[in-house]
Amino acid sequence: MRFDSLLDSLGGTPLVGLPRLSPSEDVRLWAKLEDRNPTGSVKDRPAFYMIEKAEKDGLLTPGCTILEPTSGNTGISLAMVAKLRGYRMVCVMPENTSAERRQLLEMWGARIISSPAAGGSNEAVRVAKGLAAENPDWVMLYQYGNEANALAHYETTGPEILADLPSVTHFVAGLGTTGTLMGVGRYLREQVPDVKIVAAEPRYGELVYGLRNIDEGFIPELYDDSVLTTRFSVGSRDALRRTRELLEQEGIFAGISTGGALHAAIGMAAKAVKAGERADIVFVVADGGWKYLSTGAYGGTLEEAEAHLEGQLWA
Amino acid sequence: MAIEVRIPTILRNLTDGAKAVEGKGGTLDELFADLDTRHPGLRARLVDDKGLRKFVNVYLNDEDVRFLGGLETAVSDGDGVTILPAVAGG
Repeated sequence: MRFDSLLDSLGGTPLVGLPRLSPSEDVRLWAKLEDRNPTGSVKDRPAFYMIEKAEKDGLLTPGCTILEPTSGNTGISLAMVAKLRGYRMVCVMPENTSAERRQLLEMWGARIISSPAAGGSNEAVRVAKGLAAENPDWVMLYQYGNEANALAHYETTGPEILADLPSVTHFVAGLGTTGTLMGVGRYLREQVPDVKIVAAEPRYGELVYGLRNIDEGFIPELYDDSVLTTRFSVGSRDALRRTRELLEQEGIFAGISTGGALHAAIGMAAKAVKAGERADIVFVVADGGWKYLSTGAYGGTLEEAEAHLEGQLWA
Repeated sequence: MAIEVRIPTILRNLTDGAKAVEGKGGTLDELFADLDTRHPGLRARLVDDKGLRKFVNVYLNDEDVRFLGGLETAVSDGDGVTILPAVAGG
Protein backbone atom coordinates (compact mmCIF):
# COMPACT_ATOMS: atom_id res chain seq x y z
CA MET A 1 0.00 0.00 0.00
CA ARG A 2 1.29 3.43 -0.93
CA PHE A 3 0.27 6.78 0.55
CA ASP A 4 1.22 10.38 -0.14
CA SER A 5 2.00 11.05 3.54
CA LEU A 6 1.77 9.51 6.98
CA LEU A 7 -1.60 11.13 7.68
CA ASP A 8 -2.97 9.71 4.46
CA SER A 9 -2.23 6.23 5.79
CA LEU A 10 -4.56 6.68 8.76
CA GLY A 11 -7.11 3.91 9.37
CA GLY A 12 -7.72 0.94 7.12
CA THR A 13 -6.47 -1.26 9.94
CA PRO A 14 -6.53 -5.09 9.83
CA LEU A 15 -9.34 -7.13 11.36
CA VAL A 16 -7.85 -10.41 12.48
CA GLY A 17 -9.56 -13.56 13.72
CA LEU A 18 -8.62 -15.19 17.02
CA PRO A 19 -8.77 -18.91 16.23
CA ARG A 20 -7.51 -20.02 19.65
CA LEU A 21 -9.52 -17.72 21.90
CA SER A 22 -12.76 -18.12 19.91
CA PRO A 23 -14.96 -20.72 21.63
CA SER A 24 -16.27 -22.40 18.45
CA GLU A 25 -16.64 -22.07 14.68
CA ASP A 26 -20.00 -20.39 15.24
CA VAL A 27 -18.85 -17.98 17.93
CA ARG A 28 -15.82 -16.10 16.74
CA LEU A 29 -13.72 -13.27 18.13
CA TRP A 30 -12.12 -10.66 15.88
CA ALA A 31 -9.52 -8.05 16.82
CA LYS A 32 -9.51 -4.65 15.11
CA LEU A 33 -5.84 -3.72 15.25
CA GLU A 34 -5.94 0.00 15.91
CA ASP A 35 -2.32 -0.03 17.03
CA ARG A 36 -1.55 -0.04 13.29
CA ASN A 37 -2.20 3.68 13.05
CA PRO A 38 0.44 6.41 12.58
CA THR A 39 1.22 6.95 16.29
CA GLY A 40 0.14 3.49 17.34
CA SER A 41 -3.34 3.99 18.76
CA VAL A 42 -7.00 4.29 17.87
CA LYS A 43 -6.84 7.96 18.93
CA ASP A 44 -5.19 8.97 15.66
CA ARG A 45 -8.63 8.83 14.07
CA PRO A 46 -10.43 11.31 16.36
CA ALA A 47 -7.32 13.51 16.67
CA PHE A 48 -7.13 13.95 12.90
CA TYR A 49 -10.88 14.54 12.59
CA MET A 50 -10.95 17.07 15.44
CA ILE A 51 -8.07 19.08 13.99
CA GLU A 52 -9.49 18.96 10.45
CA LYS A 53 -12.85 20.16 11.73
CA ALA A 54 -11.33 22.97 13.78
CA GLU A 55 -9.39 24.09 10.71
CA LYS A 56 -12.53 24.04 8.55
CA ASP A 57 -14.44 25.98 11.21
CA GLY A 58 -11.65 28.58 11.30
CA LEU A 59 -10.85 27.89 14.97
CA LEU A 60 -7.31 26.76 14.21
CA THR A 61 -5.04 29.03 12.26
CA PRO A 62 -1.27 28.69 11.72
CA GLY A 63 0.72 29.12 14.93
CA CYS A 64 -2.24 28.38 17.20
CA THR A 65 -1.84 26.48 20.46
CA ILE A 66 -3.95 23.38 21.00
CA LEU A 67 -4.84 22.43 24.58
CA GLU A 68 -6.18 19.03 25.59
CA PRO A 69 -6.79 17.06 28.77
CA THR A 70 -5.60 13.55 28.02
CA SER A 71 -4.31 10.47 29.80
CA GLY A 72 -1.97 9.95 26.88
CA ASN A 73 -3.03 8.49 23.57
CA THR A 74 -5.17 11.40 22.38
CA GLY A 75 -2.41 13.79 23.33
CA ILE A 76 0.20 11.77 21.44
CA SER A 77 -2.00 11.69 18.33
CA LEU A 78 -2.79 15.40 18.54
CA ALA A 79 0.88 16.24 19.08
CA MET A 80 1.86 14.36 15.95
CA VAL A 81 -0.80 16.02 13.78
CA ALA A 82 -0.06 19.41 15.39
CA LYS A 83 3.63 19.07 14.59
CA LEU A 84 2.91 18.32 10.94
CA ARG A 85 0.38 21.15 10.70
CA GLY A 86 2.41 23.76 12.56
CA TYR A 87 0.53 24.12 15.85
CA ARG A 88 1.84 24.17 19.38
CA MET A 89 0.46 21.48 21.67
CA VAL A 90 -0.19 21.62 25.41
CA CYS A 91 -1.41 18.47 27.18
CA VAL A 92 -2.85 18.32 30.65
CA MET A 93 -2.12 14.83 31.89
CA PRO A 94 -2.61 13.13 35.26
CA GLU A 95 0.77 12.50 36.90
CA ASN A 96 -0.08 8.79 37.37
CA THR A 97 0.32 7.83 33.71
CA SER A 98 3.21 5.80 32.30
CA ALA A 99 6.66 7.27 31.62
CA GLU A 100 6.51 6.20 27.99
CA ARG A 101 3.49 8.39 27.34
CA ARG A 102 5.37 11.42 28.64
CA GLN A 103 8.40 10.58 26.53
CA LEU A 104 6.31 10.17 23.40
CA LEU A 105 4.49 13.45 23.99
CA GLU A 106 7.75 15.31 24.46
CA MET A 107 9.21 13.63 21.40
CA TRP A 108 6.43 15.06 19.26
CA GLY A 109 7.00 18.46 20.81
CA ALA A 110 4.12 18.70 23.26
CA ARG A 111 4.36 20.63 26.48
CA ILE A 112 2.97 18.63 29.43
CA ILE A 113 1.17 20.16 32.36
CA SER A 114 0.63 17.61 35.12
CA SER A 115 -2.61 17.35 37.02
CA PRO A 116 -2.87 15.62 40.41
CA ALA A 117 -2.98 11.80 40.46
CA ALA A 118 -5.93 11.77 42.83
CA GLY A 119 -9.05 12.16 40.74
CA GLY A 120 -7.46 10.86 37.53
CA SER A 121 -8.74 12.32 34.29
CA ASN A 122 -11.49 14.24 36.08
CA GLU A 123 -8.76 16.46 37.48
CA ALA A 124 -7.06 16.79 34.08
CA VAL A 125 -10.34 17.99 32.60
CA ARG A 126 -10.82 20.46 35.44
CA VAL A 127 -7.27 21.85 35.14
CA ALA A 128 -7.57 22.11 31.34
CA LYS A 129 -10.86 24.01 31.59
CA GLY A 130 -9.15 26.44 33.96
CA LEU A 131 -6.22 26.92 31.56
CA ALA A 132 -8.62 27.44 28.66
CA ALA A 133 -10.31 30.24 30.60
CA GLU A 134 -6.94 31.87 31.40
CA ASN A 135 -5.68 31.55 27.81
CA PRO A 136 -8.56 32.47 25.53
CA ASP A 137 -6.36 32.22 22.42
CA TRP A 138 -5.66 28.53 23.08
CA VAL A 139 -7.93 26.07 21.31
CA MET A 140 -9.24 23.21 23.41
CA LEU A 141 -10.54 20.51 21.07
CA TYR A 142 -12.09 18.72 24.07
CA GLN A 143 -12.33 15.08 23.03
CA TYR A 144 -15.07 14.35 25.59
CA GLY A 145 -17.57 16.64 23.95
CA ASN A 146 -16.30 17.05 20.38
CA GLU A 147 -18.67 15.46 17.86
CA ALA A 148 -15.75 15.01 15.45
CA ASN A 149 -14.38 12.38 17.85
CA ALA A 150 -17.41 10.11 17.43
CA LEU A 151 -17.76 11.10 13.77
CA ALA A 152 -14.27 9.75 12.98
CA HIS A 153 -15.47 6.33 14.08
CA TYR A 154 -18.88 6.68 12.44
CA GLU A 155 -17.25 7.50 9.11
CA THR A 156 -14.16 5.27 9.21
CA THR A 157 -13.89 2.56 11.90
CA GLY A 158 -17.52 1.44 11.64
CA PRO A 159 -17.63 1.12 7.84
CA GLU A 160 -14.26 -0.68 7.83
CA ILE A 161 -15.59 -3.30 10.27
CA LEU A 162 -18.80 -3.87 8.34
CA ALA A 163 -16.96 -4.13 5.00
CA ASP A 164 -14.56 -6.72 6.41
CA LEU A 165 -17.16 -8.66 8.40
CA PRO A 166 -20.75 -8.23 7.17
CA SER A 167 -21.83 -10.96 9.63
CA VAL A 168 -20.76 -8.89 12.67
CA THR A 169 -23.09 -9.37 15.68
CA HIS A 170 -21.21 -7.61 18.50
CA PHE A 171 -18.90 -4.62 18.83
CA VAL A 172 -16.88 -4.26 22.04
CA ALA A 173 -14.57 -1.39 22.94
CA GLY A 174 -13.10 0.36 25.93
CA LEU A 175 -15.12 3.24 27.35
CA GLY A 176 -13.18 6.45 27.86
CA THR A 177 -14.33 9.49 25.96
CA THR A 178 -17.03 7.14 24.61
CA GLY A 179 -16.20 8.34 21.06
CA THR A 180 -15.34 4.90 19.64
CA LEU A 181 -18.49 3.28 21.03
CA MET A 182 -20.78 6.15 20.06
CA GLY A 183 -19.44 6.44 16.51
CA VAL A 184 -19.08 2.76 15.60
CA GLY A 185 -22.19 1.92 17.63
CA ARG A 186 -24.42 4.39 15.76
CA TYR A 187 -23.09 3.29 12.40
CA LEU A 188 -23.54 -0.42 13.05
CA ARG A 189 -26.99 0.07 14.56
CA GLU A 190 -28.08 1.72 11.31
CA GLN A 191 -26.66 -1.10 9.22
CA VAL A 192 -26.98 -4.31 11.23
CA PRO A 193 -30.28 -5.29 12.84
CA ASP A 194 -29.92 -6.36 16.49
CA VAL A 195 -26.18 -5.65 16.65
CA LYS A 196 -24.94 -5.53 20.24
CA ILE A 197 -22.74 -2.63 21.33
CA VAL A 198 -20.81 -3.41 24.48
CA ALA A 199 -18.67 -1.08 26.60
CA ALA A 200 -15.74 -2.23 28.74
CA GLU A 201 -15.03 0.44 31.32
CA PRO A 202 -11.72 0.25 33.15
CA ARG A 203 -12.01 0.02 36.92
CA TYR A 204 -8.91 1.53 38.47
CA GLY A 205 -7.46 1.49 41.95
CA GLU A 206 -9.07 3.60 44.62
CA LEU A 207 -6.81 6.61 44.28
CA VAL A 208 -8.25 7.40 40.87
CA TYR A 209 -11.74 7.72 42.32
CA GLY A 210 -10.57 10.12 45.01
CA LEU A 211 -13.23 12.75 44.43
CA ARG A 212 -14.13 15.19 47.11
CA ASN A 213 -17.81 14.58 46.58
CA ILE A 214 -19.86 12.02 44.70
CA ASP A 215 -21.70 14.86 42.95
CA GLU A 216 -18.42 15.92 41.30
CA GLY A 217 -18.31 12.97 38.92
CA PHE A 218 -17.85 13.25 35.20
CA ILE A 219 -19.81 11.91 32.25
CA PRO A 220 -18.50 12.81 28.78
CA GLU A 221 -20.89 15.03 26.85
CA LEU A 222 -20.62 12.59 23.93
CA TYR A 223 -22.08 9.75 25.97
CA ASP A 224 -25.55 8.54 24.96
CA ASP A 225 -26.44 5.33 26.77
CA SER A 226 -29.13 4.46 24.22
CA VAL A 227 -26.35 3.50 21.78
CA LEU A 228 -25.08 0.78 24.13
CA THR A 229 -26.51 -2.68 24.74
CA THR A 230 -24.64 -3.01 28.00
CA ARG A 231 -21.60 -1.86 29.89
CA PHE A 232 -19.11 -3.81 31.99
CA SER A 233 -16.66 -2.63 34.60
CA VAL A 234 -13.36 -4.49 34.21
CA GLY A 235 -10.81 -4.48 36.99
CA SER A 236 -7.06 -4.38 36.44
CA ARG A 237 -6.71 -8.09 37.32
CA ASP A 238 -9.06 -9.27 34.56
CA ALA A 239 -7.63 -6.75 32.09
CA LEU A 240 -4.08 -7.94 32.77
CA ARG A 241 -5.04 -11.61 32.57
CA ARG A 242 -6.71 -11.13 29.19
CA THR A 243 -3.87 -8.96 27.88
CA ARG A 244 -1.51 -11.83 28.62
CA GLU A 245 -3.85 -14.42 27.11
CA LEU A 246 -4.04 -12.40 23.92
CA LEU A 247 -0.24 -12.39 23.75
CA GLU A 248 0.22 -16.04 24.65
CA GLN A 249 -2.63 -17.55 22.63
CA GLU A 250 -2.79 -15.30 19.59
CA GLY A 251 0.54 -13.50 19.54
CA ILE A 252 -1.00 -10.03 19.80
CA PHE A 253 0.98 -7.61 21.99
CA ALA A 254 -1.63 -5.12 23.16
CA GLY A 255 -2.02 -2.45 25.82
CA ILE A 256 -3.87 -3.15 29.04
CA SER A 257 -7.19 -1.54 28.13
CA THR A 258 -7.40 -4.01 25.25
CA GLY A 259 -7.38 -6.80 27.83
CA GLY A 260 -10.42 -5.13 29.37
CA ALA A 261 -12.26 -5.10 26.04
CA LEU A 262 -11.26 -8.70 25.37
CA HIS A 263 -12.59 -9.69 28.80
CA ALA A 264 -16.02 -8.26 27.93
CA ALA A 265 -15.84 -9.83 24.44
CA ILE A 266 -15.11 -13.26 25.90
CA GLY A 267 -18.03 -12.78 28.32
CA MET A 268 -20.36 -12.03 25.39
CA ALA A 269 -18.96 -15.05 23.52
CA ALA A 270 -19.75 -17.31 26.49
CA LYS A 271 -23.32 -15.96 26.55
CA ALA A 272 -23.74 -16.70 22.83
CA VAL A 273 -22.44 -20.25 23.27
CA LYS A 274 -24.82 -20.81 26.17
CA ALA A 275 -27.75 -19.47 24.14
CA GLY A 276 -26.80 -21.59 21.13
CA GLU A 277 -26.50 -18.49 18.94
CA ARG A 278 -23.86 -17.72 16.33
CA ALA A 279 -21.75 -14.63 16.96
CA ASP A 280 -19.03 -12.60 15.27
CA ILE A 281 -17.64 -10.40 18.01
CA VAL A 282 -15.34 -7.53 17.07
CA PHE A 283 -13.29 -5.84 19.78
CA VAL A 284 -10.86 -2.96 19.53
CA VAL A 285 -7.15 -3.30 20.17
CA ALA A 286 -6.78 0.34 21.16
CA ASP A 287 -2.99 0.33 21.25
CA GLY A 288 0.05 -1.91 21.49
CA GLY A 289 1.79 -2.84 24.71
CA TRP A 290 4.90 -0.72 24.14
CA LYS A 291 3.79 2.23 26.23
CA TYR A 292 3.08 0.04 29.24
CA LEU A 293 6.31 -1.98 29.50
CA SER A 294 7.51 0.13 32.41
CA THR A 295 4.33 -0.59 34.37
CA GLY A 296 5.41 -4.21 34.86
CA ALA A 297 2.22 -5.47 33.25
CA TYR A 298 3.88 -8.19 31.19
CA GLY A 299 6.34 -9.75 33.64
CA GLY A 300 6.12 -11.64 36.92
CA THR A 301 2.92 -13.03 38.38
CA LEU A 302 -0.52 -11.50 37.87
CA GLU A 303 -0.54 -10.46 41.52
CA GLU A 304 2.72 -8.57 41.11
CA ALA A 305 1.53 -6.91 37.91
CA GLU A 306 -1.74 -5.93 39.57
CA ALA A 307 0.16 -4.41 42.49
CA HIS A 308 2.29 -2.37 40.06
CA LEU A 309 -0.83 -0.98 38.40
CA GLU A 310 -2.48 0.14 41.63
CA GLY A 311 -3.06 3.88 41.38
CA GLN A 312 -2.04 4.01 37.68
CA LEU A 313 -4.27 5.12 34.86
CA TRP A 314 -3.78 2.08 32.65
CA ALA A 315 -6.33 2.90 29.96
CA MET B 1 -24.97 -15.99 52.42
CA ALA B 2 -25.55 -12.37 51.61
CA ILE B 3 -24.82 -9.82 48.91
CA GLU B 4 -21.46 -8.10 49.12
CA VAL B 5 -21.46 -4.40 48.31
CA ARG B 6 -18.17 -2.63 47.60
CA ILE B 7 -18.14 0.95 48.84
CA PRO B 8 -16.06 3.70 47.19
CA THR B 9 -13.63 5.71 49.31
CA ILE B 10 -15.79 8.81 49.36
CA LEU B 11 -18.74 6.99 50.98
CA ARG B 12 -16.80 5.08 53.62
CA ASN B 13 -17.53 7.72 56.22
CA LEU B 14 -20.98 6.08 56.24
CA THR B 15 -19.67 2.53 56.71
CA ASP B 16 -17.15 3.16 59.49
CA GLY B 17 -14.39 2.95 56.91
CA ALA B 18 -15.42 -0.49 55.66
CA LYS B 19 -14.47 -1.16 52.01
CA ALA B 20 -17.29 -3.66 51.65
CA VAL B 21 -20.50 -4.31 53.55
CA GLU B 22 -23.13 -7.02 53.32
CA GLY B 23 -26.84 -6.76 52.87
CA LYS B 24 -29.93 -8.55 51.66
CA GLY B 25 -32.92 -7.95 49.44
CA GLY B 26 -34.61 -9.21 46.29
CA THR B 27 -33.89 -6.07 44.28
CA LEU B 28 -31.20 -3.43 44.31
CA ASP B 29 -33.70 -1.00 45.82
CA GLU B 30 -34.41 -3.38 48.70
CA LEU B 31 -30.71 -4.01 49.15
CA PHE B 32 -30.01 -0.27 49.48
CA ALA B 33 -32.90 0.09 51.93
CA ASP B 34 -31.48 -2.78 53.99
CA LEU B 35 -27.99 -1.20 54.00
CA ASP B 36 -29.47 2.11 55.08
CA THR B 37 -30.78 0.57 58.31
CA ARG B 38 -27.19 -0.15 59.41
CA HIS B 39 -25.49 2.69 57.53
CA PRO B 40 -27.92 5.59 57.79
CA GLY B 41 -27.60 8.12 54.99
CA LEU B 42 -26.01 5.74 52.49
CA ARG B 43 -29.15 5.29 50.39
CA ALA B 44 -29.64 9.04 50.02
CA ARG B 45 -26.13 9.37 48.57
CA LEU B 46 -26.93 6.78 45.89
CA VAL B 47 -30.54 7.43 45.03
CA ASP B 48 -32.74 10.48 44.60
CA ASP B 49 -36.39 10.77 43.67
CA LYS B 50 -35.55 10.07 40.01
CA GLY B 51 -33.60 6.87 40.66
CA LEU B 52 -29.84 6.34 40.72
CA ARG B 53 -27.97 9.61 41.10
CA LYS B 54 -26.34 10.90 37.93
CA PHE B 55 -22.71 10.43 38.93
CA VAL B 56 -23.21 7.14 40.76
CA ASN B 57 -22.48 3.94 38.87
CA VAL B 58 -23.62 0.62 40.31
CA TYR B 59 -22.47 -2.69 38.91
CA LEU B 60 -24.01 -6.11 39.57
CA ASN B 61 -21.32 -8.75 39.00
CA ASP B 62 -19.43 -6.12 36.94
CA GLU B 63 -22.42 -5.20 34.71
CA ASP B 64 -23.84 -1.66 34.89
CA VAL B 65 -27.30 -1.93 36.47
CA ARG B 66 -28.60 0.89 34.24
CA PHE B 67 -28.55 -1.72 31.45
CA LEU B 68 -30.18 -4.39 33.62
CA GLY B 69 -33.20 -3.13 35.51
CA GLY B 70 -31.95 -0.06 37.35
CA LEU B 71 -33.08 -0.07 40.97
CA GLU B 72 -35.50 -2.89 40.18
CA THR B 73 -32.65 -5.19 39.12
CA ALA B 74 -33.03 -8.56 40.83
CA VAL B 75 -30.19 -9.50 43.17
CA SER B 76 -29.56 -12.70 45.08
CA ASP B 77 -27.23 -14.24 47.63
CA GLY B 78 -23.69 -14.55 46.38
CA ASP B 79 -23.95 -11.59 44.00
CA GLY B 80 -21.36 -8.84 44.10
CA VAL B 81 -22.39 -5.19 43.86
CA THR B 82 -19.84 -2.44 43.23
CA ILE B 83 -20.57 1.26 43.68
CA LEU B 84 -18.29 3.75 41.92
CA PRO B 85 -18.37 7.45 41.12
CA ALA B 86 -18.43 8.28 37.39
CA VAL B 87 -14.94 9.35 36.25
CA ALA B 88 -13.42 10.44 32.98
CA GLY B 89 -11.36 8.17 30.74
CA GLY B 90 -9.37 8.87 27.59
